[in-house]
Amino acid sequence: MAMLEVKDIYKSYGKVPILKGVSFTMEKEETKVIIGPSGTGKSTLLRCINQLSPPDKGQVWLDGEEITNPKTNINKMREKIGFVFQDFNLFNHLTALRNVSIGLEKVKKIEKDAAQKRALQELTRVGLEAQVGQYPAQLSGGQKQRVGIARALAMDPDVILFDEPTSALDPELIGDVLDVMKSLCGKVAMLVVTHEMGFARNVADEIIFMEGGIIVEQGSPKEMFTNAKMARTKEFLGRIGALYGEDETGG
Amino acid sequence: MALETLIESLPSLLDGLIVTLLLTAVGILLGTTLGVVLAAGRSYASRPIAYLILIYEKVLRGIPLLVLFFLIYFGFPQIGINLDAFTAAVLGLGLRSSAYQAQIYRGAINSIPEGQIHAAFSLGMSKLKAIRHVIIPQMLRLSIPGWSNEFTILLKDTSLAFGIGVIELMRQGRYIQVRDSSLVLIVFLLIALIYFILVFSANRIMRVVEKKYQMAGYQAEAHR
Repeated sequence: MAMLEVKDIYKSYGKVPILKGVSFTMEKEETKVIIGPSGTGKSTLLRCINQLSPPDKGQVWLDGEEITNPKTNINKMREKIGFVFQDFNLFNHLTALRNVSIGLEKVKKIEKDAAQKRALQELTRVGLEAQVGQYPAQLSGGQKQRVGIARALAMDPDVILFDEPTSALDPELIGDVLDVMKSLCGKVAMLVVTHEMGFARNVADEIIFMEGGIIVEQGSPKEMFTNAKMARTKEFLGRIGALYGEDETGG
Repeated sequence: MALETLIESLPSLLDGLIVTLLLTAVGILLGTTLGVVLAAGRSYASRPIAYLILIYEKVLRGIPLLVLFFLIYFGFPQIGINLDAFTAAVLGLGLRSSAYQAQIYRGAINSIPEGQIHAAFSLGMSKLKAIRHVIIPQMLRLSIPGWSNEFTILLKDTSLAFGIGVIELMRQGRYIQVRDSSLVLIVFLLIALIYFILVFSANRIMRVVEKKYQMAGYQAEAHR
């Protein structure tokens, strides 16, 4: 049985359909990258998985439990699903250290000293041991996002959802964040929405190409980049590759 | 001798000052506690509850404080609720302040980006935990200027408790006036000065608190 199973997800905002039946599965420690044009429902799909915006129809299963079942304790399930936001969403009133430890303290009920020790470990892992005492506003975008990743990691999630984690960053800061994500490969399952084709190509176990609220095609990076079956996939990859310089970034 | 009467009366002003400070302290404590709960309820509770809170706020913000005091102290006994004057005054001050403070806090809550609560939920926090650990701490920091304002208003409005017989600063001044009416100007100037010093000090203290708890990234004054 797959660790994460997404079954036939539909979601509309008002009368506008965003997702029109999306299904896929993920295994433990797998890295999957979702690509596709803007407005295709990639971010909505991630939010449907952790129920930040519950789907209209369809099911999400994690470790044999149905997240979409109203009887499921959603807070308990979310502990197992890390989420890294495009615009970071670090807690503005807390230091980097407390941003990472607060989930451990208040959700996992770990004692404060132990939680902060663990938070320090995670911040060291993302290269921010010198910034533990700083507040979000005092960090660069790349540092903020690495705190965001440390915050997700500290909860020991089964899977981390990344919602365009580098889209709000200067090109020179993207590399640090991608390096951290690469270092997590094979240690925790990652589902990454991104336009970083270098990352998709070199790190993903599988790439999902979405457009118009459905999955157009999915396959290994090699298949997708060199031998895509659908004309639309080829066109998109060609265009975005030229735009972002697939061989320079994050490779 | 007027001067002698004044000097003899000074300790009674001090007694009055203590009652004024007590009214302020208990009133603001009640108002703040209730105000935070009301604001959180107004923003995050189910619609019927939010609506009830809205009515509460509108009613309490629409009644003069002296009328509220009279309702509680003279009116409530008719429905079987007997309160002493001090308790009635604290209740009136606290309830009215809670309605004003709820507005202050709601403004602060509205300025907290939605992403903050999304991030809290993503860590597995329940709504209550997210409000308690993420929203309220930020809300309070953002509310300090508005709260300072409300605090000084409440402090000065304790003088209205005079109207239901609480022996606070104002009432003590009135006793001196009755004893020797030639002292009226000097006594009430003195009382005015005491209120002014209290308000002034409170504002200074709150400036320090505001600076201490200011969130990085919210320092508008850096651009003066």
